[in-house]
Amino acid sequence: MRIRKLIPGVDPELLVKDAAKLMPDPARRNFLRGAAGLGALTLLTGCDIIDGDTAEGVLRKISSFNDGAQAALFSRSKLAPTYPESAITRPFPFNAYYSEDEAPVVDPATYRFEISGLVDNKKPWTLDELHALPEVSQITRHVCVEGWSAIGSWQGASLGDFLKRIGADTRAKYVFFRCAEGYSNTIDMATALHPQTQMTFKYDNKLLPRAYGFPMKIRMPTKLGYKNPKYVVAMEVTNTDRGGYWENQGYNWFGGL
Amino acid sequence: MSVQAIATNTEGTAVIHPAWVRATHWINALAMLVMIGSGWQVYNASPLFGFTFPPSIALGNWLGGALQWHFAAMWVLAINGLVYLTLGFVTGRFRRKLLPITPRAVIADVKAAVTFKLAHDDLAHYNAVQKVLYAGVILAGVVVVLSGLAIWKPVQFQELAALFGGYDAARYVHFFAMAAIVGFLVVHVSLALLVPKSLRAMIAGR
Repeated sequence: MRIRKLIPGVDPELLVKDAAKLMPDPARRNFLRGAAGLGALTLLTGCDIIDGDTAEGVLRKISSFNDGAQAALFSRSKLAPTYPESAITRPFPFNAYYSEDEAPVVDPATYRFEISGLVDNKKPWTLDELHALPEVSQITRHVCVEGWSAIGSWQGASLGDFLKRIGADTRAKYVFFRCAEGYSNTIDMATALHPQTQMTFKYDNKLLPRAYGFPMKIRMPTKLGYKNPKYVVAMEVTNTDRGGYWENQGYNWFGGL
Repeated sequence: MSVQAIATNTEGTAVIHPAWVRATHWINALAMLVMIGSGWQVYNASPLFGFTFPPSIALGNWLGGALQWHFAAMWVLAINGLVYLTLGFVTGRFRRKLLPITPRAVIADVKAAVTFKLAHDDLAHYNAVQKVLYAGVILAGVVVVLSGLAIWKPVQFQELAALFGGYDAARYVHFFAMAAIVGFLVVHVSLALLVPKSLRAMIAGR
C-alpha cells in the first residue's frame, strides 16, 4: 500500500472538481467495477485499495508489461520530429489538473534546484547558475494523453549533459522529479539521457511563463505531456520507482511516444 | 469410410468454417468490442468532432481506465489478427472465398440485395456484396491497427505516422477506420441474425 499525501497548496475542492470531471457518474460504475476509475478514488482516500485478481489488477499488470514493451521500442538515438517556427501552435495551450490562476508561483530569488540520490555533487542550483548552462533549443510536438497535440518552442539545457556534469550515476534506473505544487514524475534513465530531453527555462525564446512551468519544466518530446513535469524544484537519481501524480492513478508509467 | 465421408454424412454438409476461422473470428469479435468501447471513451477526452459518445456505452469509466483497456486488448487484436491474416493467405482461403471481386458482379448483387432477391442459400459461397464487405473490413482492420500504432508511437514509428499525414491526421484515419468497422458490424450482425444458420456455421463450423 502506497501512502499519498494530498497536494500542498492545492485546494482539495478544486482537486475533487477536477477528479469529478474525469470521473464518471457513480451509477455508471457497474460495468466491470470501473477499471482505473478507482484511481481517482484512491487519490482522495490516500491509498491504493485494489490488488489481486480484479479486472483492474490484471489491467495494471498489462500496463506494466507495456512499460517494458515501450522501453524495448525506445531508441536512444531516434529523434522526435522537429518543426519550423511557422508550425508553432499559437497560443500554446495551458494544461494541468488545476486552472491557470491556480498554477504555482515560484520566487526566482529563493528558488533552489535540489539534487539528491546517486549523484557526486548534490549542491543545489540557483536559477542564475542554471541559466548559465549551455543552451539547446527545440521546436517539437507536445502530445497529450487526451489525444490533442500542439507544437511548441522550448529552450534550456540538455538534461543528459547536466546529469554527467553533476556526476550522476547514469547506470541508475530512474530519475525522479518533484514539483512546486506536489506534482511528480519518475522517468527511465534512457529517456533522461535522450539528446532531446531538456531542462527548459524558456518558452519561444522568452523566460518560461508561469503558465508553462516557471522556473523549470522538463521537456521530453519522446513522452506524453503528463510525463513532462513543470515547476520542477527537485531531482533524485535513484533505483527506486517513485511513481508519479497521474501514473499512480492509472496512466501508463512509461508514457512513451 | 473416409473422414470426409463421415463429415459429409453427418448433417449432410461439409465444414463451412474451419476451426481456425471460428476461433479467430470470436477472439476478434471480443477484442474489437473492447477496442471500440474503450476507444470511444478515449475519443471523449478530446473529441475530433462536435459530439461525444454516451459514457454508458463506452468502456473504462475515465480516460486512464479506457487507455488501460485499449492497450491491453490491442495485443489480443493484433496477435489474433496476424494469425488470421497469415492463415488466410497461406491456406488460400482469402483467394478462394473473396476473389475475384468484379464491379459488374457487385452492382448486380447490390441490385439483387435491395430488391430482396439476393440468394444466400450456400453458406460456403460468398456473393459479391459479401466479398466486398469482408475484404473491406479486413482492410479497415489493417488500417485501424496501423493508424493506431502511428498514434501510440508517433516518435518511434514516425515514418508510419508520416505515411498517414502526421500525428493529427492519423487520429482522423483511426477514427474513420473505426467508423467503417462499426458500420460493417451493424450490417454483419443484422444479417447474421436474419440468417441464423450462418451464425450456427460460425459457431459449430457447419
